Amino acid sequence: MTTPVASEQTQVEPVGVERGAEDQPWQTIVWNDPVNLMSYVTYVFQKLFGYSRDHATKLMLDVHHRGRAVVSSGSKEKVEGDVTRLHAAGLWATMERSS
Amino acid sequence: MRGWQRKGGRVHAGFEQQEAAVLRGLVSQLEDMLRARAEETPQDPLSELTGIRTGPSQSPDDPVLSRLLPDFHKIDPDTPSQEVLDSAGALRSLHEPELVDAKVGVAAVVMETLPRDGGDVKLTYEQADAWLSALNDVRLALGTALDVTEDMPEELPEDDPRSPHLGVYHWLTWVQESLVQALTA
Repeated sequence: MTTPVASEQTQVEPVGVERGAEDQPWQTIVWNDPVNLMSYVTYVFQKLFGYSRDHATKLMLDVHHRGRAVVSSGSKEKVEGDVTRLHAAGLWATMERSS
Repeated sequence: MRGWQRKGGRVHAGFEQQEAAVLRGLVSQLEDMLRARAEETPQDPLSELTGIRTGPSQSPDDPVLSRLLPDFHKIDPDTPSQEVLDSAGALRSLHEPELVDAKVGVAAVVMETLPRDGGDVKLTYEQADAWLSALNDVRLALGTALDVTEDMPEELPEDDPRSPHLGVYHWLTWVQESLVQALTA
C-alpha cells in the first residue's frame, strides 16, 4: 500500500491472534499491493464490513506491514461475497479454508 | 483542482478542462477494456434460459485486466495445485460478470458527473463512493502499466519512458486521497 508523497506515517499497533476457525470454515485474505492508499483501504474495511475506524486501521496496518491480513471469515458463500465486494473496490483479496 | 470539500450532504471540487479531459480519457479507456473482456465470453443458450450469466474461467492475459479482476485464490505460480486452479476458475466464472458490471457502473458515474469541459463536480455520498472505486481502478491500471512500487519517487529520471505519465498517476493519487479525507473528516 501507499500514501501520497509527504504524508505522515502512523505507528504500528500489535495485532491480536486470529481465532475461532472451527465454525468459520473460510477466510477472506487481503494482500498488500503498491497502489492502494492506506486511507482508502481503511475506508473500504469500514464501509464493507461495518468495522470501527480503529479496527479497520489495525487490519490495514496488518496488510501493510505483514503483507496480508484475514479481514473476514464465515461460510463459503459469505466469503465469496466479501471477496467479490473487495475486488469491486479494487483491493487484492483471495479466499482460503481456515486452517 | 484544489481538493474535495464536504458541504451540505455533498462533496464537491472544481476541475480544470485539461484535468477533466485526462480523467475522462482514462476512465473511458478502462470501460472499453472491461466491456471487451465481457464480450469475449459468449453466453450459451442455458444461460439465456436460467438468466445466470457465466464469465470466463481463465485469468486475463493482460496484466492490467488481471489486476482489476484478480483470482479468488492465491495461486502458487510455480506449483499450482489442480484443485485450487479448478476452484479459482469456477469462482471467476461465477462472479466475474457482476464484477465487470460493478466496475463499468462506477466508471459511468464519473463520466456522468464530470463535465467534459471541466467545472464544478457535486456528488452525493453514494456517487462519491463510486468515484473512489473508479479512481482506484484507474490508478491500479496506470500503476500496473507503469510498474509502480510502494516507494515510487515523485519523479523518475528524464530518460525513463514512464516519466511523463508518472505525474498523472501522482495527481490521481492526490485526487483520491483528497476525496477519502473529505468523506471521513
